[in-house]
Amino acid sequence: MDLNTIWFVLVGVLIVGYAVLDGFDLGVGVLSLFARSRAERDLHAAAIGPVWDGNEVWLLTGGGALFAAFPPVYATVFSGFYLALMLLLLALIARAVSLEFRGLVASERWTRAWDWAFGLGSLLPAILLGVAVGNVLRGVPVGPGFAWQGSFLGLLNPYAILVGLVSATFFVMHGALFLRMKTEGELARRLGRIALGVYGAFLLLYVVATVATVRVSPFLFQKTSSPLFWALAAPLAVALAAVPIATRAGKRGLAFTASSATIALMILVAALSAYPVLVPSSLGLENSLTIYNASSTPRTLATMLVIALAGVPVVLGYTIWIYRIFKGPVRVGDGYSADAGAGAVRRVA
Amino acid sequence: MNALMLARLQFAVTVGFHFIFPPVSIGLAWMLCIAEYLGWRKRDPIYVQVGRLFGKLLAITFAVGVATGIVMEFQFGTNWAVYSKFVGDIFGAPLAAEGVFAFFLESTFMGLYLFGRERVSKGVHWFSSLMVAVGATLSAFWIIVANSWQQTPAGFVVKNGRAELTSFYEAVFNPSTLPRYFHVVAAALVTGAFVMAGVAAWHVLRNPESPVGRKALKLGVAWGLAFALLEVMPFGHLHAQQVARTQPAKFAAIEGLYASADAKAPLVVFGVPFKSGGPPPQPALAAPIELPGLLSWLAFGDFTAPVKGLGEFPDDARPPIWLTFVSFHNMVLLGLFFIGLMAVASWKLYTGEIYRSPRLLKALVWSIPLPVLACQLGWVAAEVGRQPWIVYPGIQADGTPFEGLRTAVSHSPTVTAAEIGFSLALFGLVYLALGALWLFLMIRKAKLVPEPAQA
Repeated sequence: MDLNTIWFVLVGVLIVGYAVLDGFDLGVGVLSLFARSRAERDLHAAAIGPVWDGNEVWLLTGGGALFAAFPPVYATVFSGFYLALMLLLLALIARAVSLEFRGLVASERWTRAWDWAFGLGSLLPAILLGVAVGNVLRGVPVGPGFAWQGSFLGLLNPYAILVGLVSATFFVMHGALFLRMKTEGELARRLGRIALGVYGAFLLLYVVATVATVRVSPFLFQKTSSPLFWALAAPLAVALAAVPIATRAGKRGLAFTASSATIALMILVAALSAYPVLVPSSLGLENSLTIYNASSTPRTLATMLVIALAGVPVVLGYTIWIYRIFKGPVRVGDGYSADAGAGAVRRVA
Repeated sequence: MNALMLARLQFAVTVGFHFIFPPVSIGLAWMLCIAEYLGWRKRDPIYVQVGRLFGKLLAITFAVGVATGIVMEFQFGTNWAVYSKFVGDIFGAPLAAEGVFAFFLESTFMGLYLFGRERVSKGVHWFSSLMVAVGATLSAFWIIVANSWQQTPAGFVVKNGRAELTSFYEAVFNPSTLPRYFHVVAAALVTGAFVMAGVAAWHVLRNPESPVGRKALKLGVAWGLAFALLEVMPFGHLHAQQVARTQPAKFAAIEGLYASADAKAPLVVFGVPFKSGGPPPQPALAAPIELPGLLSWLAFGDFTAPVKGLGEFPDDARPPIWLTFVSFHNMVLLGLFFIGLMAVASWKLYTGEIYRSPRLLKALVWSIPLPVLACQLGWVAAEVGRQPWIVYPGIQADGTPFEGLRTAVSHSPTVTAAEIGFSLALFGLVYLALGALWLFLMIRKAKLVPEPAQA
């Protein structure tokens, strides 16, 4: 495997890490819009409170790694998706601060307002991230020399919106399965039902999107005869089947694991299908950005590999350690619900 | 306004707003780490209360800092595509390293610090505050590496229309990285100490016997004096000397030295820069107060050393004169004020009079925002002083000169002025609201003392 391929895989790993981890944060955020009481919304926030911040770093690191390993991709796609990205950033800002702010003032209206910001700030990225993936799979309008020739409205094509719905439904299901592990009683049972219902919608949309992909980007199906493709596609089918079975059987951890495997394998199958293309061009595949014509120098890729090999295992180590500390269900009164995080407080007069 | 000016304005707004928060976070994280350590080792519940109080402030600041920081990371690609393609081989690595080595650490342990007090031992909880502080400080390192490479590029050659890495070590430890890093971290520590001292002073004003206020005041004032001294001497001084060596045009602009001095270059203590004569108009100073020879000595350790004036550089290679001069001089003024204020406060702390000195306590309260202001001024001096280049001219690894990359040719050609204008207006409004909310919440939470029973 050459360095370019290694970095293709590593950027893929970062995207998978983001989708698995921040994916459930986004889902929990969307679900909070449908919570039935203040106490339930508190539980939604408390469930992801200690971990969402670290999860979002996967996105930042992914952006940095893309910049470092494939600068023309970062530059071309990010400037091409300008307005869409600005919307995404505004949504992420709203979500980040609303979790922190919601409990800081003891007022129902204050908390309610921030909960709306939290929910919508989660829903928008859940859709937009899929729309972005859809546009990349479909091919973006880059001409010779990576010159961007598209428009904002061009990004909102039916295929990309379809993929946006796939991602949104997936994240909601993923979030429901995560939250079900962190809650008890009626809420947990309801989340199981929500997960099953949304799973149906997600599966339908995923199948429709896959069929649509055959029409939109036939080049993505050139590898269907390779054993590696089936080595990823077969477990994907198993994971997809395992989600509802485990959910029905009440195996919460297994259901969430299957859901995590589903998103990871979906991303890996798409990545393998596109390889070595990073961003196909809709103006002729010869204009596409690939891991060879859009990469940094071997020296930079090698340096970055050392950084990744030294840093990522440590990151995974302490991330797992801290997830274990916060293992188990959350209860009313845990962090982010009112002022509980800081203990009872009084005003000094 | 054209797309270039709007892109620059958007960058200034994005980085300027973001840069309010990291110095507060880094500084507060270390102050907290100290307080939590004392609380743990001395089994002193008052310090735990100090930790809870300032931990809340750190959490609020950190959230806004993270939210605004994501915009920074994406902005190079969205607004500065030409720049990103030119520097990607070098500039992206520190940003990725920041994520892997620093930001994961800070964010992950922040969760443990804020939510884990009852779930882990006191030692592990203190360790989490230490990791937050270490992560935040390392984070600053990689960001300063990236920015310093723009100021004094090293370890590269220009090939295939881009800067290609020849030595990661030389690129990371380029001539300005360490002087700028120490200067910035010390500034952050001053900021954190001033927040702690100022908030504590407010509590002591309300109640001179406030145990939390007294303990936090001691920490804030004592460390504040130490950090304020370090910030100017040696770190500010070393950074200025490095600028004099590596970026003479920037140095001349911030110091207000417009005509070259063969010897005894004067230190301008006060002046009003303007442009006169021409064409092209030359920079000039109105009402200057100058100390002869002092600039030569400060910059090169020799009263007779020659210093290049701004007039010696062609008009299209000069940074703007007004903004660089004014921001730099006010930053220095503030830096000296910090030493003076903390010196007086330390003395009164030593004599024990501070708890009954309302004027001094009020001065500490009102000084809370000043280190943030000084950080902003320093950043303006550094970044405006770098103009008209986005990557400063320098020497390539093969010994040939690099003529620099101009800001004017580095923005994204496909992003229109209307698009930037729209998003700038939107972000401007959001930032205004966010800034107001942050202030509102910080002030509100700073006034609350956690119940000792909960400690």
